[in-house]
Amino acid sequence: MTTPLWKRIVARVLQSLLALAFISPLIWVIVCSFSPQPGSAQSSGWGVANYLTLFGYQEGLPVYLLNSVIVSAISVVLSVVVCTLAGYSFSRFDYPGRNLGFMVTLSILMVPYASLLIPLMVWYKNIGLNDTLLGVGLVITLFQLPMSTFIMRNAFDAIPKDMEEAAMVDGCNSFQALLKILVPVVKPSMVTVGLLAFLEAWNNFMIPLYLSSSGKSTLPLAMVNMRQQTMGVIDYGATEAGVVVLLIPCAILFLALQKYYVKGFMAGAVKG
Amino acid sequence: MPSVSKGAVPERKSKARAAQTRRGLLYALPDWAMIVLLFFVPIALLFIMACSRWSLMGGNRGLNFPDNFIAVFENKLFGQSILFTLEYTVIVTIFLLVLGLGLALIVQESSKWNNVLRTCFLLPSATGLASASLLFYALYSPQVGPVTKILSFFGLMDQGGSVLATGQSALWATIIVIVWRFSGYYMLLMMIGLQAIPGDLYEAARMDGAGTWRIFRSVTLPLMKPTIVMCLVYCVTGSILAFDQFFILTKGGPNNSTMTVVQLIYNFAFDSKKDLGMAAALSLLVLVALVIINAIQMRGMRDNTK
Repeated sequence: MTTPLWKRIVARVLQSLLALAFISPLIWVIVCSFSPQPGSAQSSGWGVANYLTLFGYQEGLPVYLLNSVIVSAISVVLSVVVCTLAGYSFSRFDYPGRNLGFMVTLSILMVPYASLLIPLMVWYKNIGLNDTLLGVGLVITLFQLPMSTFIMRNAFDAIPKDMEEAAMVDGCNSFQALLKILVPVVKPSMVTVGLLAFLEAWNNFMIPLYLSSSGKSTLPLAMVNMRQQTMGVIDYGATEAGVVVLLIPCAILFLALQKYYVKGFMAGAVKG
Repeated sequence: MPSVSKGAVPERKSKARAAQTRRGLLYALPDWAMIVLLFFVPIALLFIMACSRWSLMGGNRGLNFPDNFIAVFENKLFGQSILFTLEYTVIVTIFLLVLGLGLALIVQESSKWNNVLRTCFLLPSATGLASASLLFYALYSPQVGPVTKILSFFGLMDQGGSVLATGQSALWATIIVIVWRFSGYYMLLMMIGLQAIPGDLYEAARMDGAGTWRIFRSVTLPLMKPTIVMCLVYCVTGSILAFDQFFILTKGGPNNSTMTVVQLIYNFAFDSKKDLGMAAALSLLVLVALVIINAIQMRGMRDNTK
């Protein structure tokens, strides 16, 4: 029962068109950011003038880029450390309050961050975290906790207990056993947790919108503000260049770490 | 003598238990600290703010329950934004589920060609929602984007007009962004579901003479039900909270016709009312609604997996 050749050709053509529909916006924005456009810095000929505009906008691209990198670094490090420790605790130690801790962590999933940003804004003013990159990184980490703790606990659950028991008989304490024996085994899950945290921190728009002023903007927020503040005349060239800058790390990570991506998505799929 | 050793064992055991508890709590401490400081406190504060006169500039001016809630319910944008959010949610959910399953069926079998297709479909999912919205904002612009030119070429639109100019077309323009951004993600979830269906079932159905459509209806769809329900849950909860895409593409306009509920929170807090109390009251309503929806859906999913 083989499909006739013409049917396969038609299918291939249709599939190609569909695939093209998905990637053409990405290609379009990359090409346009370098191409000549009236009303942008790159008004004639091809070049990088749009990217140079970004460098000159308000605080300048390097500041926003650095803000984004700092927020991402805080979120990645905190998510990986906090969730690995919590996963270790919930998987390996038997104590009263363990299940409560795990359930409370998971319950964060029930609460959308959109509904907590108003009180967080006021609370941050009281504890001196308002308009700080640390504050933004902390909130992003908080909302990574349920999924990532879940991933880490499952990773620890999959390791037989004798492994670290043998190490403890040899005189390791529980922290040494974690570092030397268990971390090398759960590393793939830690990469997934870090990747999820990076993507969220790099791309999140709403949390910095509520919690950051313009000097502490991350890149997505700065790009949106730039578009609004040019007095009616929108510099689309600069917007396109900004989108490309935002896309590059995501696309590279996606192509390099597709395996972990899929793992992260799958972890999401079993969260219920 | 034996009684001594008997006494020693439980003592050592209880000591070991205490050590277990101490270590366990210690490793969970950072998790707990974050939850208490950044989750419990803001939730408590949300309740207080929702019941207080609390303006953006003036700060807390004491309790006023239930004034904030009454003000929210009486605001004409409240009902309108709920209706709009629901309309958006229904349309997006239908599109994403159908497309997700369709794409998954296309690329289900592993081959070089299908791997290329998968990567193409998934690549938009790697972009952030804000960057995707900005990208389409440029695509839709009459100055530089091709969309206006193409539509006006076919006589569907005025030259120099924008698809974001009227409420209805802005809604569809936004839906296209979301479908572009999320189809690959739902394709992946559906693929995982498809792979769990044992191959012999298809074999047996084919032996019985079932055609492609019949197999899809009688084998694939029923066995995919748990996956489809799960995707439905994600899609509905995600869409109800829609913010970035509308904030960036339309800012709720034209004429507040694309104002979603979560955007209205922002609007109450910073634009129209500058009233954090009202914004908190609406936030609390959103939170309660989402917790109820999540609870119902989790119960539904548990029944499904049984």
